[in-house]
Amino acid sequence: MKELLSGNEAVARGAFEGGVHFATAYPGTPSTEILENMAKYKEVHSQWSVNEKTALETAIGASFGGMRSIVAMKHVGLNVAADPLFSVGYIGAKGGLVIVSADDPGMHSSQNEQDNRNYARSAKIPMLEPSDSQEAKDFTKMAFVISEEFDTPVLLRLTTRISHSKSVVQLGDREVVPVKGYEKDIKKNLILPAHARLLHKKVEERFKKLKELSNDFKFNFIEYKDKKVGIITSGISYQYAKEAMPDASFLKISLTWPLPEELIKEFAKNVQVLYVVEENDPFLETEIKAMGIDVVGKELIPEVGELNPYIVKVSLGVIKPYTPKNVEVKAPPRPPALCPGCPHTSVFYAINKNKLIATGDIGCYTLGALPPLNAMDTCVDMGASITNAIGLEYALKKANDNRKIVAVIGDSTFYHSGITGLIDMIYNGSKGTVIILDNSITAMTGHQDNPGTGKTLMGEEAPIVDIEKLVRGLGVKNVKVIDTYNLEEVMKTIKEESEKDELSVIIARRPCMLLPDMKKKKFDKYEVDQTKCTGCQMCVKIGCPAISFDKKEKKAKINYDLCVGCSLCFQVCKFNAIKKV
Amino acid sequence: MENKRIIIAGVGGQGILLASDLLSDAAMKAGFDAKKSEVHGMSQRGGDVVSHIVFGEKVYSPLISFNEADVILSFEQIEALRNIDFLKDDGVMIINTTKILPLPVAAGLMDYPEDPIGEVKKFVKKTYVVDAEKIAKEIGNIKVMNVVLLGFLAKNIKEIEKKYWEESLKERLPEKIFEINLQAFNRGYNLEEK
Repeated sequence: MKELLSGNEAVARGAFEGGVHFATAYPGTPSTEILENMAKYKEVHSQWSVNEKTALETAIGASFGGMRSIVAMKHVGLNVAADPLFSVGYIGAKGGLVIVSADDPGMHSSQNEQDNRNYARSAKIPMLEPSDSQEAKDFTKMAFVISEEFDTPVLLRLTTRISHSKSVVQLGDREVVPVKGYEKDIKKNLILPAHARLLHKKVEERFKKLKELSNDFKFNFIEYKDKKVGIITSGISYQYAKEAMPDASFLKISLTWPLPEELIKEFAKNVQVLYVVEENDPFLETEIKAMGIDVVGKELIPEVGELNPYIVKVSLGVIKPYTPKNVEVKAPPRPPALCPGCPHTSVFYAINKNKLIATGDIGCYTLGALPPLNAMDTCVDMGASITNAIGLEYALKKANDNRKIVAVIGDSTFYHSGITGLIDMIYNGSKGTVIILDNSITAMTGHQDNPGTGKTLMGEEAPIVDIEKLVRGLGVKNVKVIDTYNLEEVMKTIKEESEKDELSVIIARRPCMLLPDMKKKKFDKYEVDQTKCTGCQMCVKIGCPAISFDKKEKKAKINYDLCVGCSLCFQVCKFNAIKKV
Repeated sequence: MENKRIIIAGVGGQGILLASDLLSDAAMKAGFDAKKSEVHGMSQRGGDVVSHIVFGEKVYSPLISFNEADVILSFEQIEALRNIDFLKDDGVMIINTTKILPLPVAAGLMDYPEDPIGEVKKFVKKTYVVDAEKIAKEIGNIKVMNVVLLGFLAKNIKEIEKKYWEESLKERLPEKIFEINLQAFNRGYNLEEK
């Protein structure tokens, strides 16, 4: 049977067909849908972990027990999981272990565009790179076989364009793979220096065997056409290059690490000019040049941003740059914004009003940095809001700077890597304020459950890890739980706690308005009494997409369809011009 | 045949992803290789959404380049303008009359262009305008607006027979909303071109 599947759906399907037993992930765009789809196969145990490190370690545990395991994450998630990644590179995999890294060239929804092919090289782990959904499915299945045969974890690298594009996939049946079971083997599974020294030797021997595999791997293949031009490429770039130069000869690499050296040498010998078409880093190019082969790569193909057929065509000189139509009227941009009724809005409004320094974190709420709220100073990585605040507080103190800092972090990010930071804060005597924006869901990636929601990925009930009890248990004395729809309470609490010369934690709680349960609730909508509106624009300053300002009439208006009745505008209006419909 | 390239553009929440799924699915059912691409994530929060669909005997890139699209279906007026450079010279532009104000416009910082459709018409000879919102309301559910537009688009894609669209609708939609969507599709399909 044929079906149109996204790359992420295809990976889940491939894992299912390949007899996977255990699947885990922490959500992150563009990888999230892999586990969401995995959970549809009830034969497989699927779960959300609290971060990528715990996810990989969990999957390694299942592999110790002889289970075929898959773990998925976005590219920056692999940084979090890098510690166990390098260890398991030595340990290997009893039950097949597949680690999916979904990279984000172009940074559609990420803070950098790191190229995770580099992890394969430095961790000495084989890497497969599919070019479409069919390959995503097939390679996932193959990855388990390679993993078990060579006793190694296998990296499967996707990019946004593979993860989120749909193409035709031939479906197969599930292979029933017995669980091998657990056996104690400390020389392999316990990496003391004495064991690791031996394991490193094994890794290098394994690498040689993997190189042979790469030369014979049937998805590393040559397509000879016109031999004047040869193109070496992999992943989505293969599709773009095929479209740019359909008549050229191609070496398509699917097992990107280790590279098929013999095959590359053979191809280089048979073509006149050799190009490498790849996104982001000159990964293939550097390696091929190190083989002593002359190739043209990043001189022509940009290193920054996502590629597409147009960029490849222009870079290779196939077409001239396109001259845009002379359209005089430009479409105004649609910048992302916090939703109408977003429970985070009032907190950012208060941060802005109190002129606080806000160290930020990663989630929907990073949008609080944008105008008109302008309420965030920094965003580094998951959990950094809290730890950045520790260092910045010290630096401010030494400079006799009296400004106050609040660290702003979401519930899922707090579980992910905020808790250790908070312990750090307590231990090192910080006096800052941590605001945990608890919207009771992992929202940015599309509403995934987390330890605060009471549900697992498989839809079963789960114990709730109570943030308030946790924070109090760590020893924080000033803990306040507030409802973010109560603006007065939000303003007052944030002002008071940030002025205290002691560590405070504010749990700003209100479920995401987009949650099905919240959508079902009936709220009174609001409207602007045009006779009372003075045009002061106080309500516009909360940045609600439902509120617009009519420049001609100098009046604010509320879009009835968009309003969800949070009443924040009602609370900021000093002229009683906003009332229930 | 040359590969067919279609872009569906609009604003998050308008049902673009379902429409593009139905189109690529119908193309597959008609025996073509098909690919479609769009980016989820940040763009969902009130942002513009674009889906590229390519079908034919063999499709490589799921992405469409400038001056390549055979048809652009825009669910919103200014999104047609935003994507106009992707349309090839003799391409078809279908514009839904719906207007959704971008945040900078709503906040009074920028203006919504006065006549986006007029501007598009200056460059695109085959511009069709559809008031799908009105038709959807007549049918009794504003949510079927996307399928009205899809019906109109289907009429402009001769390579896919009508039965494949219907099969795709039947498979992808829950039973209780199938009939109303089929009705919406037919209304769009039978709409006069203007």
